[in-house]
Amino acid sequence: MRYLTARKRAEGRGASHTGTAHHWSMTLSAVALAFLVPTWVYIVGRALGQDYETVRATFARPFPSILTALVLVIGMRHFAMGATMMIEDYAHGTARKLLIMCVISLSTVIAATGLYALVRIAL
Amino acid sequence: MAEVKRVERPLSPHLQIYRPQLTSITSILTRITGNGLIVGVMLAVWWLFAAAISPEYFALANAVATSWFGDLVFTASAWAVWYHYLAGLRHLYFDAGHGLEIATAEKLGWGIIAGSFILTALTILIV
Repeated sequence: MRYLTARKRAEGRGASHTGTAHHWSMTLSAVALAFLVPTWVYIVGRALGQDYETVRATFARPFPSILTALVLVIGMRHFAMGATMMIEDYAHGTARKLLIMCVISLSTVIAATGLYALVRIAL
Repeated sequence: MAEVKRVERPLSPHLQIYRPQLTSITSILTRITGNGLIVGVMLAVWWLFAAAISPEYFALANAVATSWFGDLVFTASAWAVWYHYLAGLRHLYFDAGHGLEIATAEKLGWGIIAGSFILTALTILIV
C-alpha cells in the first residue's frame, strides 16, 4: 500500500510527469559546448587549408582528437534536439515524424563519420 | 445544425503581421544560425573524413574546402557559430530570470549582434 496520495504524486509534475528533460538537456549541452567550441574553432580553423600530412598530424594528437570527438557527440545531440524543437513548431502529422527521423539520422551519421575519421587517423 | 455559422474571429498576432522587433529578430536568428551550422559541420566532417581515407581523396575535399564555396560556407559558419554562441549565453541568462526588462533585453540584443561580428573578424584574423 502506498502512503502517497494521488495528489501528492502528481503535484508539480504536470499531466505527463515529464517535460523539463528536453530543456535541461539543451541547457547541459549548451554549457558544455560553450566551454569546448572556442578552442575547437581555433584548432579546426588553423588546420583548414593545411596539407594532408599537417592535417593528419594535428588530429593524431590527443587533445585535438578528443576535443573534436566531444564537440561532435555533444554538438550533434544539441543539433538533433534543437532541430526537433524547430520541426515541432512548424510541421505536423506524418511530415513532423519523418523530419524528426531525418535530422536524428543525419546528426548520428555525421557524428559516426567524424568519430570513424578520428579513430582511423589515430591508428 | 448543418449550416456552419462563419464568424470573423480575431487572430492572435503571428509572424506575418507582427512588427519586427530586435528581440524577435535576434531570437529567430538564433534558430536560423543553429540549424544552418549543420552545413559547415557537414563540410568540415567530410574534409576530416577525406584526410582519414587517402591523400587523393583529401586533395578533392581540400580543393572544395578552400574554394570560394568553402570560404563562403566557413566564413558564414564562423559568424553563425559566434552569433549562436552569444545568443545561447543570453538564453541561459534569460533562463535564470535576468535581463528580461525590455531596455536590457534590447541592449543585450545589440550586444550579441555587435559581438558576433567582432568575434568573426577576430576568428578570420587569427586562423
